Amino acid sequence: MGPLVPEIISNEFNLIMAFVIGIGFGYILEQAGFSSTKKLVGLFYGYDFTVLRVFFTAGVTAMIGVILLDHFGLLNLELIYINPTFLWSAIVGGLIMGAGFIIGGFCPGTSVCAAAAGKLDAMVFIAGSIIGIFGFTEFYPSLEELYLAESWGAVRINEFFGMSQELFALILTAIALFAFAFVRIVENKVNKITTASSPWNVKLRLYYAIVPVAIILFAAFTQSSEENTNEEIKETIENKSYVFETMSVDELLSELSKNNNKYNLIDLRTIEEYKEFHIPLAVNIPLKEIKGYKWSDYFNNQFKTNIFYSSNIDAAKEAYLISNYLGTSNKKLLLIDVDSYKEFISVNSKLAQKENFHKWRQNTHKELIQKEEYLSKFSAPVKKKEIKIQGGCS
Amino acid sequence: MKTKNYMNPYLAGFLLGLLLLATIYISGRGLGASGAVKSVIVETVANVSPEHAEKSEYYSKQIESNPGGAMQSWLVWEVIGVLIGAFLSALLSDRINLRMEKGPGVKNATRVVAALIGGALFGFGSQLGRGCTSGSALSGMAVMSFGGIITMMAIFGGAYMLAYFFRKLWIKG
Repeated sequence: MGPLVPEIISNEFNLIMAFVIGIGFGYILEQAGFSSTKKLVGLFYGYDFTVLRVFFTAGVTAMIGVILLDHFGLLNLELIYINPTFLWSAIVGGLIMGAGFIIGGFCPGTSVCAAAAGKLDAMVFIAGSIIGIFGFTEFYPSLEELYLAESWGAVRINEFFGMSQELFALILTAIALFAFAFVRIVENKVNKITTASSPWNVKLRLYYAIVPVAIILFAAFTQSSEENTNEEIKETIENKSYVFETMSVDELLSELSKNNNKYNLIDLRTIEEYKEFHIPLAVNIPLKEIKGYKWSDYFNNQFKTNIFYSSNIDAAKEAYLISNYLGTSNKKLLLIDVDSYKEFISVNSKLAQKENFHKWRQNTHKELIQKEEYLSKFSAPVKKKEIKIQGGCS
Repeated sequence: MKTKNYMNPYLAGFLLGLLLLATIYISGRGLGASGAVKSVIVETVANVSPEHAEKSEYYSKQIESNPGGAMQSWLVWEVIGVLIGAFLSALLSDRINLRMEKGPGVKNATRVVAALIGGALFGFGSQLGRGCTSGSALSGMAVMSFGGIITMMAIFGGAYMLAYFFRKLWIKG
């Protein structure tokens, strides 16, 4: 599952990939004509809309690709860099960049590209951008307030409008297609071209336009692999034919007191419920968060068995089945819920058949609480460090 | 020698989109450009005047979050690649020559001053906006970042608003 960094490929190799990706980036930009400043500013005067065509096509292609990868469960959107929104700096910074674009005739990426092709004005533009960036880093203290104002976090635009990502993609694709048709008319007018395109060309363009729309509709109206998984899990629980590896409460108590390091006892309830009461030595992974990246080590550990419990057995079963998809660790289902556990160890338990046996349960429970206190001095639960992928300007 | 034609813009856009998608899949991030210059500047300041860098909150934060310095920066390597890729492309299409491109009737000096000012504005704005046309606008659009799309609209909107006033730099008017 993507992204490949940092689990599958190392950070060093990532730099080599950056170099290779850069070569492709520079090659495509130059081939598209972005080493020519007159071509770049053409869209602002109506004589050449290459920038709009390339930019919109690239954006829509990558966006639809991200949706498809997500649909097939191949890319973890939780991990990739989503440019954070700082409203005012985004608007003011953007407007200043717009001024730089129309005055200087390049943007940073295209200036590098044009400089490589020998354009002297691009080299001057780069020198200018060094001055500008240095100005920002030097005057940062007085800019900080604007820079950090209205911080909304990594908001996605579909979330902002409260729609699905597929619907937003469809709207943006429609806007792009409309813009492509519109700018052709403008361009022909400005350049005084009157020859109409052949009907075959028009038909061909329509065919191309159908492809992205069809892909988005496919992603919107078929089940994503995550939805499939959820459905399979639901069916399995309802069928009752699945054989779970189970553990009784007495087994649990005896195993934890002897070999606690061979087990991860996982409490699936919310953090508040967990703090109020939990079986000693349990770690808290709320069921809703179980698929999160930070817990992934639990489900790939070959040396420990995960034991699930919650306030009801079905939730534990669900987690057990989800963990089948998350990794290959051994797992067991605790046969009772938390309330029954409390009942088992309570002083006047009705479940105690024999006095001695009941004593043993209570003592083991106390012993485990001590063990938990003792162990907590050395280590907190192994949460995986949240990885932070940089992007944008860093 | 006759220079070759440019690539069809839709094809170029499609290839660029696939490249961006591959970048997101491999590295979990988008493309960029201006950040590479920033990394080099931060590194230079840290080496030339370590005291100054230490006193400034901005530099010390940058140094702290990128302990490897510029040579460990993803964007620096990417931009080195851009230089080579663009050079190869221009070479293969016979488009390499040392010259300046400008609007009709524009003096060389005017073009140089405009390029310098434009570059400075774009560089400054890219830091304030946390990314330029590549890092914020294009890559932000691919992952549907609200901020990225706002920045994109501000860049192109700003340029359109000012286009009339700077028309003499680019077209006969």
